[in-house]
Amino acid sequence: MRLPLRLRLPRKIRRPRNRKVAVGLVILVVLVVIAIIGPALVSALLGQTAGRLHAGGPLEPPSGRHWLGTTTAGEDVLAQLVTGTRTSLLVGLTGGAISTTLAVLLGVISGYSTGKAGAALTAFVNVFLVIPGLPLLIIIASYTQGRGGWIMVALIIGLTSWPGGARVKRAQTLSLRNRDFVQAARYAGESRVRIVLLEVAPHLAPLIASTFLFAVVSSIAAEAGLNFIGAGNPNTVSWGTMLFWAQSQGALLSGAWWWFAPPGLCIALIGTAAGLINFGVDELSDPRLRARSPRAHRKAGRATAAIAEAS
Amino acid sequence: MAARATAPARTPVSGALRALTGSVAAKRIAFYLVAGWAAITLNFLLPRLMPGDPASAILLKMTELGPVSPQREAVVHRLFGGANSGPLWDQYVSYLGGLFRGDFGLSIAFYPTPVTDVVISGFWWTVILVGSATVIAFVVGTVLGAIAGWRPGQRFDSIASPLSIFVHSVPYFWIALILAFVFAFQWGWLPLAGGAGRNVEPGFTAAFIGSALEHAVLPAATIVLTSISGWLIHMRNMTASVINEDYVLLARAKGLPNSRVISGYAARNAILPSISGFAVSIGMVVGGSLLTELVFNYPGLGSLLNQAILNLDYPLMQGLFLVISLTVLAINFIADSIYVLLDPRTREVS
Repeated sequence: MRLPLRLRLPRKIRRPRNRKVAVGLVILVVLVVIAIIGPALVSALLGQTAGRLHAGGPLEPPSGRHWLGTTTAGEDVLAQLVTGTRTSLLVGLTGGAISTTLAVLLGVISGYSTGKAGAALTAFVNVFLVIPGLPLLIIIASYTQGRGGWIMVALIIGLTSWPGGARVKRAQTLSLRNRDFVQAARYAGESRVRIVLLEVAPHLAPLIASTFLFAVVSSIAAEAGLNFIGAGNPNTVSWGTMLFWAQSQGALLSGAWWWFAPPGLCIALIGTAAGLINFGVDELSDPRLRARSPRAHRKAGRATAAIAEAS
Repeated sequence: MAARATAPARTPVSGALRALTGSVAAKRIAFYLVAGWAAITLNFLLPRLMPGDPASAILLKMTELGPVSPQREAVVHRLFGGANSGPLWDQYVSYLGGLFRGDFGLSIAFYPTPVTDVVISGFWWTVILVGSATVIAFVVGTVLGAIAGWRPGQRFDSIASPLSIFVHSVPYFWIALILAFVFAFQWGWLPLAGGAGRNVEPGFTAAFIGSALEHAVLPAATIVLTSISGWLIHMRNMTASVINEDYVLLARAKGLPNSRVISGYAARNAILPSISGFAVSIGMVVGGSLLTELVFNYPGLGSLLNQAILNLDYPLMQGLFLVISLTVLAINFIADSIYVLLDPRTREVS
């Protein structure tokens, strides 16, 4: 007898129950929307574009015409910020995707395979874990001298930022490989690739998602740091190059806070969003971390009262 | 006869040898030696793998600055390879030989000062600044994290945790810019740039140390403020899950005061992941500190790195990368050793 298969569609898309997750998701969505339509919107509404020099006087404070003021070259900071959002998010997504792929591959293989190859791979991961990432990134980037634009930057970031993620994946794979269901698959004669792909990988999925989220954020931060120290390509417009120009043109000494404050705030916002989502997801999956709030107690109290009334 | 005489003598020696090679300490030392070798080799390979020819770019720059002797040309080829510098293995051997003598060639940004001297001039500034700031941040962050994790969801936790997530995602140099803007530019409380007053003679004098401390306040505050949050979040989560363990319940049931339960039972176990995760964290702290130095024009390794990049000074960059990564390795080794002291389980030889 076969049970009827019924696809149950949710009536409406479920709102995340955890407040931290909800706030984080809203911030992310807003930034992505800005990255997609922001540049067009700013040029349509305010008539400003990122590359236009002398759109206003040098170092004008925020006004109705230039919502976030201007730079020393008279560029509109708001237009640069929204264009920079697009570049920074692209670098973050590309670098994060490369880094996460490498982290998953190296982590799972080094965790699953026993013997000499596995040990050698583990040593390789551990060595890269203790070599400081940002200096390595800066050195490699300065050899390329800004050739290849943001894609090159994203590539280098991805190639140097995988070790942390690989370590987490390796630890999780190590604990999974001795679980009963994996052993059962092994005894059933499944091939190694099949076990890793169909038995181990699905259990890593939440971990991979959170690694990706953080890889994106840390790629964005790495791009900013790289450009800030001058090893990127200063001709692209991103949050990092905005900060680089603000620093090298002496925005600090001119008191032009509107120039250097917004890009840093954006980096902090996207990092906070990722942190909140991660924190919230952790709380959902591990009740021990959850707050024992007075409201929850009251709710529980109400529920028992309701049950008492009903009976 | 002779064989019988040597046989019993060999057993304790080989036993001791096995205990030594099997011990955690020996394994860790071997690991850090391998990691150090990897950093050195990476430094050797990178300029040779990169497109373009750093060696000829360097030589071109050097000839612009002054006449280049054949010996100096040989040093550049030894460090960076190039068209006519022989087989890779020979280059590697002579590169290692040069490192052994502490010879990194001449800096271009500070021509003709040797790279070694330039790096040493910045080294102690950075080590003292980042070292003391990291110790402060670790201690304060861990204590605050233990307090927040002790009662998750209560008033302190509900303020401290979201705030730390926010601060943790702010780039170091941005906090540095804001602090410099507010405290040095707007209010003029603290000096804006440099490592010590310009008219103070460097030396072991009260005037110099006072001036250096005054200049270190803002950079140190930047590093402490940003790195505190990482330790706090870590410790908060570990404490929050440790307080449900039976041994903490037992300590409470014994009627111990809360402070004893936290310090002697919960925190002792909760702190272990913070220390074993030190490697990842310290790499980030060092990276962030290098950029912080840049904002304050602090005379450490970060500002030197910036100079090196702007002047395409590859010899200096190479030297800096090597010194930074070897220092980070040394710090990690110390953290690992502390971990062995704190966690008796790691001392067992299995």
